[in-house]
Amino acid sequence: MRQIEIAIVGGGPAGLAAALNASKLGAQVILIDRNDYLGGQLIKQTHRFFGSKQQRASERGIDIALELANEVMANEKIEVLTEATALGHYEDGVLLVEQAGKIMAIKPERFIVATGGAEKTLLFPNNDLPGVYGAGAVQTLVNVFGVKPGKRVLMVGAGNIGVIVSYQLLQAGVEVAAIIEGAPRIGAYWVHAAKVVRAGVPIYTRHTILRAEGEGEVKGAVIAQLDDNWQPIPGTEREIEADVICLSVGLTPLTELLWQAGCQMTFVPELGGNVPFRNEQLETSVPGLYVAGDVSGIEEASAAMMEGALAGINAAASLGYTSDTLTADRQNVLDQLAGLRSGPVGEKIRKGLAQCSL
Amino acid sequence: MLSQNGIPTAEEVTSVLPPAERLTKGPVAIAECFQNIPCDPCYHSCKQGAIQEFNDINERPQINFDKCNGCGSCMSRCPGLAIFVVDATYSDNEALVKIPYEFLPLPEVGEIVTAINRGGQAVAEAKVIKVQNTKVQDRTVIVWLAVPKEQMMEVRHFRVKEVR
Repeated sequence: MRQIEIAIVGGGPAGLAAALNASKLGAQVILIDRNDYLGGQLIKQTHRFFGSKQQRASERGIDIALELANEVMANEKIEVLTEATALGHYEDGVLLVEQAGKIMAIKPERFIVATGGAEKTLLFPNNDLPGVYGAGAVQTLVNVFGVKPGKRVLMVGAGNIGVIVSYQLLQAGVEVAAIIEGAPRIGAYWVHAAKVVRAGVPIYTRHTILRAEGEGEVKGAVIAQLDDNWQPIPGTEREIEADVICLSVGLTPLTELLWQAGCQMTFVPELGGNVPFRNEQLETSVPGLYVAGDVSGIEEASAAMMEGALAGINAAASLGYTSDTLTADRQNVLDQLAGLRSGPVGEKIRKGLAQCSL
Repeated sequence: MLSQNGIPTAEEVTSVLPPAERLTKGPVAIAECFQNIPCDPCYHSCKQGAIQEFNDINERPQINFDKCNGCGSCMSRCPGLAIFVVDATYSDNEALVKIPYEFLPLPEVGEIVTAINRGGQAVAEAKVIKVQNTKVQDRTVIVWLAVPKEQMMEVRHFRVKEVR
């Protein structure tokens, strides 16, 4: 059995920030990620981030991932386990991890869960045809492996991910037939939307996909307009020619480890699904178990990095580590998070967080 | 409407344009940022102090058009690619529109490209005057287009004519 001060599951923006901040205070950390690289979803984000200068705004996700990952790898206080899967969290606080066919037991004094989110999907006839993808898969193909998913894409969902992935498809030389969105308003930042619209991609709000067309592979889709009750309006059906249907209909927190650990959970639609109750320190109802990033509620990567920093600082501080600037550092992160969430686009997050505070 | 189709209305566009008199004095930045989102790199990028300091990170950029010299530093820092520079003094019948561009292939100086408006429609032919692609721009290229003067507030994108 391995003993360690802090174990972190998830090497995305939240987990990396948590590891760096906890180790900076002096704590020994094990960082576990199931992929063979660190960075999580950041490694696909070729666009510039929003936020403030302190949150690395205007830098590209791919560059932030590389910088954070290099910093973590070079840090002697952080042991990195990649291609390692956290299998379960047990009553006695033991974490089982599988790596290269071997299972190891780790007993951390503090545990930070930063497992991120998983894509939601959509029900419609023929959604099992080859050519129907999640936006994450399309982004992996295009931005990680340099493979076009097809020639002409119908994007379903005009949130930030749908619009950004559409832009990245255009950059890869793939045609985007349209972006459709069930809601009456575009969920993505409007500057992102404006960027793809002037590049020739129409956005149709109040529209849904009725079915995918094709035998053996996607040949197109039938879309229709929605009324105020989100019901298709008869007579508005039309066919869109496409060989890829890309679903970008939201994310949901990946909370299996939290359920296993017995965290008190609650369903909060504004945060994407079931999320753990947590206090301002980001500690859950299970003492010593912290959460950071999308696992605690779906938000932007900049918020995930801030939450990771906060969880890392608090977990290390609870072990007795401190520094001259601890209080100020913690307050700085809290202020930045509050700033990120303070505007009109943060309203949903604020509403969600109010429902899961301890 | 921007929130429904991604295209700002004429009123929205007008609300962020510099006064006509300022346009007669040379290049000036226009921030087509119409939503209160948590983002402030433009403020930090301006060496002229022409973008008003943000009290709250969710504020929209306010450009002091008298301080702005149209250098375009803000253009490649804006994550929304929402800042443009227009120089109405370029020639008698042409204006210069500087466009942030992140597609390949890059156009060549002298090349004729199809100028596009905010709705994605072709509105004119434009000549590429300069292609700025320095390291500090970090892969957001700035392309200078000479466009018919009457289209200078319409042209916000372009298409390279060659088939990819």
